[in-house]
Amino acid sequence: MPNAADELEQAMLWLGRVFEFVGKVGVFGARVIIDAVQPPFEFDQVSRQLAEVGNKSIALIVVSGFALGAVMTLHTRNTLVTFGAAAMIPAVQAVSFFVEIGPLVAGLLLAGRVGSGIGAVLSNMRASEQIDAIESLSIDSFKFLVIPRVLACVIALPFLTLFMDFAGLLGGFLSEALTSHISFQLYLSRAFDTLQWSNFVAPTLKTTVFGFIIGCVSAYFGYTTDKGAKGVGEAATNSVVISSLFIIVADVLLIKCIFFLFPDTAI
Amino acid sequence: MSTSPNIAVQFKNVTKTFGEARVLNNVSFHIEHGQVLCLLGRSGTGKSVTLKIMMALMCPDSGEVWVDQENVVGRSENDLSLVRKKLGYLFQDAALFDSYTLYENLALPLRRHTRKSKSEMDDTIRRALSSVGLGSDGAKYPSALSGGMRKRAGLARAIVLEPKILLADEPSSGLDLITAAEIDELLLRFKEQHGTAMIVVTHDVHGARRIADRIAVLDKGELVAFGSVEEVARSENDVARRLITV
Repeated sequence: MPNAADELEQAMLWLGRVFEFVGKVGVFGARVIIDAVQPPFEFDQVSRQLAEVGNKSIALIVVSGFALGAVMTLHTRNTLVTFGAAAMIPAVQAVSFFVEIGPLVAGLLLAGRVGSGIGAVLSNMRASEQIDAIESLSIDSFKFLVIPRVLACVIALPFLTLFMDFAGLLGGFLSEALTSHISFQLYLSRAFDTLQWSNFVAPTLKTTVFGFIIGCVSAYFGYTTDKGAKGVGEAATNSVVISSLFIIVADVLLIKCIFFLFPDTAI
Repeated sequence: MSTSPNIAVQFKNVTKTFGEARVLNNVSFHIEHGQVLCLLGRSGTGKSVTLKIMMALMCPDSGEVWVDQENVVGRSENDLSLVRKKLGYLFQDAALFDSYTLYENLALPLRRHTRKSKSEMDDTIRRALSSVGLGSDGAKYPSALSGGMRKRAGLARAIVLEPKILLADEPSSGLDLITAAEIDELLLRFKEQHGTAMIVVTHDVHGARRIADRIAVLDKGELVAFGSVEEVARSENDVARRLITV
C-alpha cells in the first residue's frame, strides 16, 4: 500500500509535468506571436485557413446557438413568470448570451470542431513527412502551417461568437413568441434595453484569446508529435480536451480582467 | 576549411545517436557533381538518417556535412534555407501535400523561389509532370493516385526547381519491377539532362547496379564499403558483398 510520502511524491511529479507542459505551450505561443509579426506573411494560407475555420463552422455555431437560445428561454421562463418578471426574459437572454454563453460556447464548439482538426492534420503531416517536405522546399513550416491556423482561429472566433449571440436571441425569441406571442420588435427592444456596449464588446473580444488558445494548443499537439500514426488520434483528442480546459480557465481570468477594466459590467 | 568544387556532398566523421542507439558512427564519404551514389544496407542502419542530415532536417552529434561547398552543421535556419534550395528530396512515401492538387504541389516551390509568371509556371509544371508521365494529372489530389504515380509526382516536385543535388529515399520501394525500373529511368534521364548529383537510398540492388556510379554500404551505423559496383562486390566486408551480389 502506498504511503503518504509516495503519494506526495507522485503528486509533485504530476504537478511538475503539468507545469512543464504549460511552459512548453507558453514557449510555443510566444514563438507564434514573434513569428506572426515577421515577414514573410502567409496571407494565402491565412485566407485558406479562415475558410476552413470560419466558413465551415458557421452552420454548427448558428444551429447550436439557436437551440441553446430556445432551451434557455424555456428554462428561465417559469422562474421569471413566478416572480412576475416575464418582461425580463429578452433582457436575461441577451445579457446571458452576449456576456457569457455566446463567447464560451462558441469557443468550446470551435475547440471541438477546429481544434481536433488542426491537431489531426498537423500530426498526420508530421507522420507522413509532409512537414519535412515543406522544410526541404526551403519553406519555414512553422510560419506556413502553424501561424495561419492560429491567426484564423483568432480572427474567426469573434465573428462566430456574434453569429452564436444573434442565433441564440433568435432561438429565444421564437421560443418566447410561441408562448406569449411577443412581437420581434418588442423582443429586440427589451433585449437590448439593459445591454451596454461594454457588455457586448469586451466579452466578444475576449474570444480572440480563446481563438489563440485553440490555435496554439492544437497546433502544439499536432506539430510537435513524434509518435507516427498513433500520435494522430492522440493529438486530436488532446487538442480538444486541453484547449477546452484552457478556455474555461482563461475565461475566469478574463472575466476578472473585464470587471477590473469595466466595473460597470459587473452585473 | 572548404571542399573541392567538384564535390557535391561530403560527410566528414559524422556521428548521430538517438538515445542509446548510435545510428551513424564516424561516417565519411563524398560524391562528385554528376554522379549517382546508392546507399545500401539493411533496415535501420541509418540510410534515411543520412539523407535527412544532408538536407539539414536533422543535425549530427559531431562531424561535418558539406553540401556544394557549404557546411550545413550549426548553420542558422536562414542559411540552411539557401542550401536547401540546391537540393531536391524525394521522400519514401512521396510526402505530397494532401490538401493540394499535383499542380499546387509543384507550384508551391516555384511561387516561393522563382519570379516566374503564371504562364511560365504553368509551362514548367506541365513539363515536370510530363517528364514523369503525369502530364494530364495536374488537377488530381494525391489521394487519387496509385503508389507509383505518387512516387513519380514526388519526383516531379523534387526536380521542379532543377536542383544541383537530388536525394531520393527508396524511390522504388513498394513498386512492381516495371514501375521501379521506370523510376530508375527517370532518375537517369534527369541526371543526363541536368548533370545532377544524386544520392539514392535503396534496397533494390538491381536498380542500384543500373543507376549507381558509386555504392556505399552502411551496416550498424558504420560505412563498411564504398566504391564502384565492382569494387563493392570485391569488398572484404561480408555484408557489403552479400548485399551487392544478391
